[in-house]
Amino acid sequence: MNPFSSGTRLSDMIRAIRASKTAAEERAVVRKECAAIRASINENDQDYRHRDLAKLMFIHMLGYPTHFGQMECLKLIASPGFPEKRIGYLGLMLLLDERQEVLMLVTNSLKQDMNHTNQYIVGLALCALGNICSAEMARDLAPEVERLLQFRDPNIRKKAALCAIRIIRKVPDLSENFINPGAALLKEKHHGVLITGVHLCTEICSVSSEALEYFRKKCTEGLVRTLRDIANSPYSPEYDVAGITDPFLHIRLLKLLRVLGQGDAEASDCMNDILAQVASKTESNKNAGNAILYECVQTIMSIEENGGLRVLAINILGKFLSNRDNNIRYVALNMLMRALTVDSQAVQRHRATILECVKDSDASIQKRALELIYLLVNENNVKPLAKDLIEYLEVSDEDFKGDLTAKICSIVEKFAPEKIWYIDQMLKVLSEAGTYVKEDVWHALIVVITNAPDLHGYAVRALYRALHTSSEQETLVRVAIWCIGEYADLLVNNAGMLEVEDPITVTESDAVDIVEIAIKHHTSDVTTKAMALIALLKISSRFPSCSERVKSIIGQNKGSFVLELQQRSLEFSSVIQKHQNIRSSLVERMPVLDEATFSGRRAGSLPASVPTSGKSSLGIPNGVAKAAAAPLVDLLDLSSDDTPAPTSSSNNFLQDLLGVDLTQPSAQPVSGTMQPSQAGADILLDLLSIGTPAPVQNGSTNGDLLSMQDNNTPLASLDTISSTSPTAPSSMMDLLDGFGPTPPKIEDKGPAYPSIVAFESSSLKIEFNLAKQPETPQTTDIEAKFTNLTPNVYTDFLFQAAVPKFLQLHLDPASSNSLPANGSIKQTMRVTNSQQGKKPIVMRMRVGYKINGKDVLEEGQINNFPRGL
Amino acid sequence: MIHFVLLVSRQGKVRLTKWYSPYAQKERSKVIRELSGVILNRGPKLCNFVEWRGYKVVYKRYASLYFCMCIDQEDNELEVLEIIHHYVEILDRYFGSVCELDLIFNFHKAYYILDELLIAGELQESSKKTVARIISAQDQLVEAAKEEASSISNIIAQATK
Repeated sequence: MNPFSSGTRLSDMIRAIRASKTAAEERAVVRKECAAIRASINENDQDYRHRDLAKLMFIHMLGYPTHFGQMECLKLIASPGFPEKRIGYLGLMLLLDERQEVLMLVTNSLKQDMNHTNQYIVGLALCALGNICSAEMARDLAPEVERLLQFRDPNIRKKAALCAIRIIRKVPDLSENFINPGAALLKEKHHGVLITGVHLCTEICSVSSEALEYFRKKCTEGLVRTLRDIANSPYSPEYDVAGITDPFLHIRLLKLLRVLGQGDAEASDCMNDILAQVASKTESNKNAGNAILYECVQTIMSIEENGGLRVLAINILGKFLSNRDNNIRYVALNMLMRALTVDSQAVQRHRATILECVKDSDASIQKRALELIYLLVNENNVKPLAKDLIEYLEVSDEDFKGDLTAKICSIVEKFAPEKIWYIDQMLKVLSEAGTYVKEDVWHALIVVITNAPDLHGYAVRALYRALHTSSEQETLVRVAIWCIGEYADLLVNNAGMLEVEDPITVTESDAVDIVEIAIKHHTSDVTTKAMALIALLKISSRFPSCSERVKSIIGQNKGSFVLELQQRSLEFSSVIQKHQNIRSSLVERMPVLDEATFSGRRAGSLPASVPTSGKSSLGIPNGVAKAAAAPLVDLLDLSSDDTPAPTSSSNNFLQDLLGVDLTQPSAQPVSGTMQPSQAGADILLDLLSIGTPAPVQNGSTNGDLLSMQDNNTPLASLDTISSTSPTAPSSMMDLLDGFGPTPPKIEDKGPAYPSIVAFESSSLKIEFNLAKQPETPQTTDIEAKFTNLTPNVYTDFLFQAAVPKFLQLHLDPASSNSLPANGSIKQTMRVTNSQQGKKPIVMRMRVGYKINGKDVLEEGQINNFPRGL
Repeated sequence: MIHFVLLVSRQGKVRLTKWYSPYAQKERSKVIRELSGVILNRGPKLCNFVEWRGYKVVYKRYASLYFCMCIDQEDNELEVLEIIHHYVEILDRYFGSVCELDLIFNFHKAYYILDELLIAGELQESSKKTVARIISAQDQLVEAAKEEASSISNIIAQATK
């Protein structure tokens, strides 16, 4: 040891850290070491640089910050000796990741080392590149890697192949450079090179369909031969794993064959024999053999149909499934999930075994099996499966109950053959695992119950019974209370008794009792208590004899700290006390809840009033504002050639719109403006139901505003500000007018302009109708009419236009994107000329469309606008 | 592909981490904490796979150490188990019946070996012998450089006597 050294050795530091008894002690040791390392870094101590870095790596592994050592890695990498480089590269890979800027500094060193005469240094550089390279480095160093794929030493070639994989993952475009070198690697004998080469080709195939085609044509046979050789090869100690020669190579080859065979009958045919051989000959008593079989089954399932092979594969899975090793069963379940799409009958055969797996003690297996069972359920087997699953619910782990409950509820709902069965099953789930039942699920149950008048009595009695046995399940309590409130009379007089039922005797006060218990139970939350209050009120009207008692129970909540409960308590008390005469009509039975509305709402669509009001052409599933914002942004993007798209404001715009509207007098032709809050929503919905053009128009004015403010000329911006206030409401009016079949009459308002033929070719004619609004003299409304002059239909029709800087252009969407034969479509746009009077409007345009799937593009310049626009 | 490799002791101490996909430092410690919580608590007879954040973690316990590798959903779990075993066998040959202490004090060696086995989260070499040969060749290079350095420092020491 060097007598001048001040620091401790690496092993001493590790010992000191291990000797620390508390976390604080450890921190102290690390702090001291870090201080010493920093000092040594500052002194630029060369002799101890690599030891410092080794220490830092250990400290890093313990989770302490080590960023100050990053530059040391670079210095070590740049030093000439192998030992320094080796530790430097290791530090680089450990302390940095691809997102750090420092990494850019290392590109040059990497390049130099990849050209080094010492092959081990080349290897170090390749390893580092493969593990942490970023997209930029990939682009810079791809040529070096390509060159090293032909290096004389196979150990470098295999490293280069893996680097190429990383490069392709980062920059898929570079894959074409590696197609030929990759194909060359497939002919190698060295296993390492072969494994990495096969993998490289698989990776290339996944990003480039051309390459896939190439490999399929050129390499399939060779790969089949390689797999045959390796599968038939005699014992070779170097590659032997549990009696199989190189299972890793087997697996890589099977993977690539899967990619090549998928969707190609010829290639699939070529590999049938060898797949059959691997599937039937591979030993299945060790993990290595099973790994190969597993991969082989996947390949058989993915390539083109061959009946015999499929049977073989399914049999292997059946054997896997009955294996005692959990790992094997797990992969079998995994594989069956994928096989389901190929051959669901075969999977159904294993249903019983899979159901057993749901009850396994291993959470991973349980989860897989449950998902698989969920996919296997259909109308025919739902009853026994649901019965089994619900029985299992009683004994399952707490962690698993959530998943299991959700799945059971879902299948019971989806496949229930009759309502009574559904109600029964849900009751069982609620009493077993009510806490895990989601809100919408128990709501759905109530909806179903109200919709089955002949089951009201049955349901309420069953719930009453269940409540006695499992009163701690919150959701069960809620459903039960709701039903007791509604159907208390049926509970007491045993009305509508079904044959399957045992009669029970419930007195009126029993019914009150059970609700009282619920309201006083310590686990009941506000929702439950609130529901219980309503139930009590309803009971008081159904059973006048209990009225007094109900009143006193309700009265107990008058002092509740929860506003909701307090209010209900006070109001209900006064209903019972002072409004005897109207009480019974107040608390009549709930009208039947509409199942369609409920399920629609559950699916996340708009409230019921919307779909009925004409077709909602947007077809938005979720939330009005959000949906409207999305197309708006798109449109603004599309129409703005040099306008910044106001993404953030687009959300507000709808609210603005509402705000504007609500302040307007109700003279507008909108239904329901009488109730202001409602009206807002209605207008919004109506707007949406008109279709896209409506919001767009408004969106474009919005865009106008913003773009104008961008304009530097003070005059122009002043102009817009003064002109906006009148425009906004007027465009609102237009918008609302848009309901009617008649388009807004723009021409009436401004001076008339002759329409112009903007463009004409042998196939297409474009005419512009021009108009101006008197309030905004700078703005010209253009209605473009596109006429198809041929007997062919144009599809995917798109009109694009560009204008010089002094103009602002906004395009609305065209009335259709397909032009019928000899027909025409329209599109409106708006041009604002900030240099009006000085410069005329000019426009460059491009039209793209498809005739019989063939792209056509037409371009032109329009300068025949009338002067002074 | 393998997204990361993790060696954790039964006490939850990290012995080796290798990240092939980018994870920020904070995420890394979170991942390690989360996974060691799940894996260390699993019983001995259960399967060696844990589903985690849309990935799968394949783990295997050797003595007091858990070797974990995180892979994609569609990867072959059984093969990864075999890769773990492959790595352990190479470590075993290199250190001569390896134990946790070897991996603590020679953690860099464990990394060097891993780098000869995996690059970019993919398997590089299926022959244990080849890996051993490459590692020892590189170790010899380091030794040679050390000897040279010490002989130089001896000369300097003698000259300055």
